[in-house]
Amino acid sequence: MKSAVLVFPGINRERDMARALRLASGREPAMVWHAETSLPAGTDLVVVPGGFSYGDYLRCGAIAARSPVMDAVRKFAADGGLVLGVCNGFQILCESGLLPGVLMRNARLKFICHDVHLRVERSDTPFTRGYNAGQVIRVPVAHGEGNYAADEETIRRLEGDGRVLYRYCSPTGEVGDTHNINGAAQSIAGIVNERGNVLGMMPHPENHVEDIMGCTDGRGLFAGLTAHLDRAA
Amino acid sequence: MRPEKCFRAARNLRKQGRIREESPILTEPKITPELVASHGLKPDEYERILKLIGREPTFTELGIFSAMWNEHCSYKSSRIHLRGLPTTAPWVLVGPGENAGVIDIGDGQAIVFKMESHNHPSFIEPYQGATTGVGGILRDVFTMGARPIACLNALSFGAPEHPKTRHLVSGVVAGVGGYGNSFGVPTVGGQVRFHTRYDGNILVNAMAVGLARTDGIFLAAASGVNMPIVYLGSKTGRDGIHGATMASAEFDDDSDEKRPTVQVGDPFAEKLLLEACLEIMAKDCVIAIQDMGAAGLTCSAVEMGAKGDLGVDLDLDAVPTRETGMSAYEMMLSESQERMLMVLRPEKEKEAEAIFRKWGLDFAVVGYTTPTKRFVVKHGGKVMADLPIKELGDEAPLYDRPHVATPPLAIIHARDVTPPMPVSDALEKLIATPDMCSRRWVWEQYDHIIGGNTVQRPGGDAAVVRIEDGPKGLAITVDVTPRYCEADPFEGGKQAVAEAWRNVTAVGGRPLAITDNLNFGNPERPEIMGQFVGCLKGIGEACRALDFPVVSGNVSLYNETNGRGILPTPSIGGVGLLDDFTKSATLAFKAEGQAILLIGDTQGWLGQSVYLRDVCGREEGAPPPVDLAAEKRNGDVVRGMIHAGTATAVHDLSDGGLLIALAEMAMASGIGAHLDAPPAAIVPHAWWFGEDQARYVVTVRDSDLLGVLSKLKAVEVPCVQIGKTGGDAIAIAGERPVKVEALRSGFESWLPDYMAGKN
Repeated sequence: MKSAVLVFPGINRERDMARALRLASGREPAMVWHAETSLPAGTDLVVVPGGFSYGDYLRCGAIAARSPVMDAVRKFAADGGLVLGVCNGFQILCESGLLPGVLMRNARLKFICHDVHLRVERSDTPFTRGYNAGQVIRVPVAHGEGNYAADEETIRRLEGDGRVLYRYCSPTGEVGDTHNINGAAQSIAGIVNERGNVLGMMPHPENHVEDIMGCTDGRGLFAGLTAHLDRAA
Repeated sequence: MRPEKCFRAARNLRKQGRIREESPILTEPKITPELVASHGLKPDEYERILKLIGREPTFTELGIFSAMWNEHCSYKSSRIHLRGLPTTAPWVLVGPGENAGVIDIGDGQAIVFKMESHNHPSFIEPYQGATTGVGGILRDVFTMGARPIACLNALSFGAPEHPKTRHLVSGVVAGVGGYGNSFGVPTVGGQVRFHTRYDGNILVNAMAVGLARTDGIFLAAASGVNMPIVYLGSKTGRDGIHGATMASAEFDDDSDEKRPTVQVGDPFAEKLLLEACLEIMAKDCVIAIQDMGAAGLTCSAVEMGAKGDLGVDLDLDAVPTRETGMSAYEMMLSESQERMLMVLRPEKEKEAEAIFRKWGLDFAVVGYTTPTKRFVVKHGGKVMADLPIKELGDEAPLYDRPHVATPPLAIIHARDVTPPMPVSDALEKLIATPDMCSRRWVWEQYDHIIGGNTVQRPGGDAAVVRIEDGPKGLAITVDVTPRYCEADPFEGGKQAVAEAWRNVTAVGGRPLAITDNLNFGNPERPEIMGQFVGCLKGIGEACRALDFPVVSGNVSLYNETNGRGILPTPSIGGVGLLDDFTKSATLAFKAEGQAILLIGDTQGWLGQSVYLRDVCGREEGAPPPVDLAAEKRNGDVVRGMIHAGTATAVHDLSDGGLLIALAEMAMASGIGAHLDAPPAAIVPHAWWFGEDQARYVVTVRDSDLLGVLSKLKAVEVPCVQIGKTGGDAIAIAGERPVKVEALRSGFESWLPDYMAGKN
């Protein structure tokens, strides 16, 4: 796995992400500055990490989505390359047109930082193959704008195509309003694009990869990606 | 005339065309006694200025003096008492006087930390007041060359029933989170309290902790003549002018009018400033660096020059500004945020500039160091100020203000207190009170996990943060018990330090040093000054006894509204080291059937306890005395048990005493406790709720019990087994058992219900 982590001004979870990638793959990811116009040769995974790119001042992710490096990412994705966006990264992917929909203010209007449970909806994707379908994992969220919304048609297609990979749920896997921490449509925590090679998710699997963090459920995502890419290579 | 009124006057002059907007203001107002008074300078202080410079100051110079000589910047009332604090130890690299204190944690690593208040701004405009408080303290830490790795805060609000309290809690918490979350530092712990004495003057104390290399610490002192002084960061605007002066005056009913003196925080700009600063520091471009905090450009430039025995020539025409037509006076006093002043190595200037441009930040050479030891400010080709630079700081007034000791209060004997309800009822009541209930509603709005190094999240005795990839960890806590300080400043000061030491110990940390944030009322009142002097004596004594020196701090006086002072609140931020973070202890019971030990001596001290206040309705009596030798002895033993692996759960005893501590241990684990009846010699409610100091609850495996007990006996540390873990309730022999779930429900619901307006 040869991953590249994008660095926009105001991004702040790039180190957490780099550590998770390193632990999973044994390789240091390349840190790619937003002003670059190309990705390092041989990159097989692009990660857009969390944070507050450009302070989230205009609209979360809006300015970063228009950075020079994003043209390269769009091309990379169009060529079938794997792209993972977490938190602000998810917002940036939506703003850049790589994923449908938008992330709105949390329904309760407050920033929330705590562990949540996610139901893994399918395991036959590079982003979920480290888990079993229906498995419940525990990972933290830390966001003020994670309330996923899209028009009805888009939601219907996402559901119909099985493109919702992660959903907020109870510790035993029930999905419903009480477990939908930010008011997201259909309790959506993570979706992929039509081709299935671009994932955006609000929770932070990279913050649950070591015993020190109190839980290692996030490892599956990175282990799955590593296995997928190393086999492809 | 208040400072902001004199600004209004200047604005009006501008509007009327009497000061031309497009050109710098070169005509300054005439100095009158009213103008001097509006700058917070007393007549004798003004006399001092006249004597010092031998002429009448210009308006800009008057502003500079007011900025340097206010209480906030000059410590004029507190300086002589601060000298009594111990500030050295073999591991202290930089003590008080720099932007932050620095301690050595081995392996070439240093911890940089400090706590600072932002009280008055937060009362006027809670969101921005809190954000800029956090921003300011983060800047203090990374100015020294450290990457911030944790933030904590100590928040004191008015009574829950006060009409402003909800608004202030909501705004301050959102502000603390809004800045830290975006900047990208985990907020890992702190204190939140409610008391009617903070109704008109809340306290927002923010602490930041950073990690640096011991050979990469940067200081403020400039060196070398004719070195370029560089301005970095955000542009200068008209915000925050006279913020430090505001912080040095009492509040009254018109304080809301001071809103324009509150600055606006921009965490994004600060994040860029952090990355840019650390990058140019790593490239060895920096000789000296000082952040622009209180009193902005004035204070930072004067400090750089004075500390380096140099003069400074500033050319304000080069200062990046947000708006046109700013006068020298306004630029010198602006407290616009996210700005830095640096002296760079001339040969590295281009390299540094390229880094700053990369991060999209302003970079301007605004002056030079000179051999003259004068502080010269030029604007529009005219000299607007020319002052002796050392004297601006060194000759600031120094007061030994009159102080009277707080009269001692009577000791309350537990036998004289009639329990108003059974012990179990009191437990259920106390656990759901404003001061004892869960702070989850607060800390879940803070990103406390970013960085991936948070070993112990908020809610424990101290936060534990891993250092880089380990194995070292840092234990960090903020503590003070203001009602003790009010009742007996000396014992209260001792207790604040002892509790910080105890909390670091309770997670297995070796306590190393503290930062203090001393919040008091009006020092011109002898009884307030008496509180200050008493608390400082207590702090100093405890620091010496526990080998826990003060390496940084901040004094916030004039925390009064309409002549009523806050409770004396010397917040203590304690830092300790764990050689191996995996050996840290937590307060949650680990398994059923383990022995519960109470370590330390219990007399049943009810004076000033939360039980006496919130259950019996009496806020009175002498607070518990602190036996520092016992603290040290008991704490060292507990830490040893943690490191030896015999202590499975550890919790220090503080507010609410033994039973509250046990309830917290049970709630954290879901495991209950079977508890023996109290010893016959002690009144039951005093046994369960007394707040005697130097105590811990520790659980041990059955197999370790005898060994542990004999070891404790050998070192003469008082210890009794009080029961065993197990079941789903706190079950005291002879009392009604209370389900852990029921406790948790009360504990978790008070604050969210309150904020939702339900109680």
